[in-house]
Order: sequence, then C-alpha cells, then structure tokens
Amino acid sequence: MQQLIGDLMRTFDLAQSPLRELNEELHRQTDGSNQPQWEIVNPRGGHAIAVGLDAPVKVDIRGSVGYYCAGMNKKASVTVHGSAGPGVAENMMSGRVVIKGDASQYAGATGRGGLLVIEGNASSRCGISMKGIDIVVKGNIGHMSAFMAQSGHLVVLGDAGDALGDSIYEAQLFVRGKVKSLGADCIEKEMRPEHQEALTKLLADAGIKDAKASEFRRYGSARKLYNFNIDNADAY
Amino acid sequence: MCGIVGLFLKNPKMEPQLGQLLSGMLSTMCERGPDSAGFAIYGSGTEGRSKITLQSATAAEDFAKLKAALAKDKKLDAQLTTNDTHAVLSVPSDKVDEVLATLSADFPSIRIMATGENIEIYKEVGYPTEVAKRFDLAHMSGSHAIGHTRMATESAVTTLGAHPFSTGADECLVHNGSLSNHNSLRRELIRDGMKFNTENDTEVAASYLTWRMKQGMNLGEALEKSLDDLDGFFNFVVGTKEGFGVVRDPIACKPAVMAETDDYVAFGSEYRALAGLPGIDKAKVWEPEPSTVYFWQR
Repeated sequence: MQQLIGDLMRTFDLAQSPLRELNEELHRQTDGSNQPQWEIVNPRGGHAIAVGLDAPVKVDIRGSVGYYCAGMNKKASVTVHGSAGPGVAENMMSGRVVIKGDASQYAGATGRGGLLVIEGNASSRCGISMKGIDIVVKGNIGHMSAFMAQSGHLVVLGDAGDALGDSIYEAQLFVRGKVKSLGADCIEKEMRPEHQEALTKLLADAGIKDAKASEFRRYGSARKLYNFNIDNADAY
Repeated sequence: MCGIVGLFLKNPKMEPQLGQLLSGMLSTMCERGPDSAGFAIYGSGTEGRSKITLQSATAAEDFAKLKAALAKDKKLDAQLTTNDTHAVLSVPSDKVDEVLATLSADFPSIRIMATGENIEIYKEVGYPTEVAKRFDLAHMSGSHAIGHTRMATESAVTTLGAHPFSTGADECLVHNGSLSNHNSLRRELIRDGMKFNTENDTEVAASYLTWRMKQGMNLGEALEKSLDDLDGFFNFVVGTKEGFGVVRDPIACKPAVMAETDDYVAFGSEYRALAGLPGIDKAKVWEPEPSTVYFWQR
C-alpha cells in the first residue's frame, strides 16, 4: 500500500518548473483522476498556487504561499504547511483548505462552500462577503471580519478584532474569546441547541478536539440594516 | 502597489552581507514597483564626520566641478566618492550646515538625498534590479537598510519622487499606500516653514515626521501622532541611526509581513521578499498589527 501511495504521489518543485505548468496540470485532473496526491515544494511565497482546482485531489504545499492560494477551489483538499498571503481560498466553492500557519487579510473572502481551516491567526477581513463557506480559525482574527457576510459559518477559537460582522446578513459567527467590537447591525445571539449541534460538527470537521461548543458565543444579524426601514435611515 | 523591504541585522558578523541580502529582497518586489527604486543603507561611520549623499541629473559634470572646488578648499577636509548619478561627500560633522549652504548656492543642480553619520540614500527611475546594479548595492555593507520599489499612483515618476525620503539626519522613510490629505497637510507644513521638492504624498509624510520631531517628539511619538493626522493608506518603514520602525494605518489594506531570528529583523511587503533570507524556515514570521508602532534598535 505504501508503495502504491508513493506511485500516486507526484512532487512538483516550483524552484524547477513554472507555476503556470503546475496549475495547468492540476486543472487537467478530473473526478476519476489517477493522480490524486500532489506535493508542491519551494513555494517561496509565490502567488496563485493551486488555484481553480476542480477535482478531488489532495495537494500538500510545503512552505509559505503568497496571494490567492487555492482560490476558487472546488472538491480538492489543499494543505499549506506554512503561512498564506492575502486572499487564501477566495471564492472557494467546495472541498477543504487547511493553513497550518497564519493567513493574511481576506481569507475565504466571498467563499460559497467548503471548509477553510486556519490553524494560526487570520488577519483583517477574514470571511468578508462569505456566501456559504465554513471558516474555522484556531487563533485570532483581525478587524472587519465577516463584513457583509451572507451565509455560512465563521468559527474563531481566539479573539476577534474591531467591527466583527459589520453589515452582516445571515452568516453565523461563533467566537470563543473576546470580541473587540461588533460592527453595525451585528449582535450577540442566543445559542440554541441547533447552533450547538452545528458548531460541534464544524469543530469535529476541522479536527479540533480541545474546544467545546458550549464555550462559544454566537453573533449574527439584528436584521435592521438590510431590511430597509425608513426609521433606520440615519443608520445608513 | 509599491514594494518595501527592510533588514535590520542583530548579528554584526552579517554586516558584510547586508547589501547582498537587501539586493535579493528588492529583486523579488520588482512587479510591485517597476517605475523606480531606491534604498537607504546605514554603513560604518567615522567619529566626528558626516556623509552627505548627493544626486545630479548631470552627474559627471557636476561632480567634477565639485571635486575641483573641494580641491581648492584644503581646510574643509572633504572627500567625494562618486557612484553613478550619486556621490557621497564626507565632511567634518560641524561643517555640514556650511557645506549644505554652499552646495545650494553654488551647485543648484545637485540634490541632497540624505545627511548623517551613517546613512546613504540612493534612488533612481528604472527597473529595481537595474537600479540596484547601477549603484552596486550587492557589495555594500552596513547594519541595516531599507529598500523600496515604486509604482507611482499620485505623482510623477522622477528621481525625487522615488523613495526613500530623508526625514532628518540619519533618518529616512519609505511608504506603500496613498495619502488622501497630503495637499492640505502640505499647505499647513509650508505655512510652518517646511520646504518641499515634489507633489509627492510621501514627501509630506516625511516632512510631517521631521516637523513633529522639531517640536520635540521622538520618532516613535511622531509615528504615533501620524496615525491621527494622516488620512489614507500607509505602511511606513522608517530608518534611524540605530534602528528601524514599522507602522501601518488602521485599515491596513497594504500588505506587510515581518520575520525575526536571533540574527535579524526583516520586513517585506510580501513573504517572497523574505523567502531567500538565511534561517527563514525557523524564523518567527508574522503580520504587523494595524495602528501599532514597531521599533527595533541596537
């Protein structure tokens, strides 16, 4: 079996071959691909590594990446064994992206599905305009996270920065630590059994064993801003 | 866009490699700023002497004329070392003001890039790797250095519009971002006696810091205050005789990453700028927080 996995694993060295070649090869993979495992070495902070994947392949990136890694991901499982630059997993559709280190600004922005796990901290604007993606951050998140978040879940084991969930729609936010401040129309909400259940499942999916759903607070929309009401005109 | 790189060596044994390391870092940031590039390098100084970095568009002619004038003035004890369009004039520290006045009166086409005991600033229009090559950055040594690659957004692509900007003796500033209140602030600073060479927003930030320090603030305090008075986007990296500092605006949309090991502290607009540094795999790497002044000094 080990031998078989060895054969199925393809290593791509970005110090030897250009990024475009890598992404083209990854795009050639299909659902029945016979090349399900990829290892990328020497990323050296390069941009747009493993973007636009559309097949159930497993990709391990050994090192830190720059802008837009794993953007638009569909079905693939991408793990960055390092930190990620701005816009990691932007507009992700499905699959799984794991960042072993920290993520820079707007991680998971506009994501429509799938699971993004950040094992370190995420900086500002994490999950901005998220539309169905689930994001789990083991560390802290920066300011303006989940700005205009429409659906999906953002789970934070550490603290959240200023203006969390500003102008939020129907995404659900769970924070275990402190929230520096809530944005416009974002309020703390009651944690009901269905939320406990959803959060427990998200934590399990993200492989987190040392946190219980009961330790988190839930935040979401007060629904006063996006349902236009003339009495709220001064809030606009 | 624009790219910033900075390297502050904690381990003096690495000083001979400073230029080579910074040159490598700068070369990764070319796409972020292909218009022009520059760097400030803090090299070894001589007790009681200062360096004035000069630049001229007609360097050969101007520097020959200057050399001849210096040869006549035996009392001054000045040395001129030319480097492409730039030259470093070494003079006794107590003569700096006098020399600057003479330069401005007799050599109007020579521009002053920097003054100080250690600092030298080199900047030109051109692709960053070419700019680094013309000044032979790779063979320079020193304790710390800051580099910048510029993609001009709000003022002309000129030598004087390139970064770093001098903010005072042995001090400099580089900037990634754009200030939105620089015109009104420039008017206020002019009213208070500050002088400007360009329409550039970063020159206003540099002048602002100098102005604050003239009022008695130290650089850290001036940077803190800049968070209240400057509007717009900015990542600033500043250099001083002993160290360097970093500050990001509260919105922090311009990218920044830092790394620290026992040997150095490094700044890059992106991780690519840090990827070639020795021991980076074991370094502490993090993104500096918004509205927070970071400072390292020896």
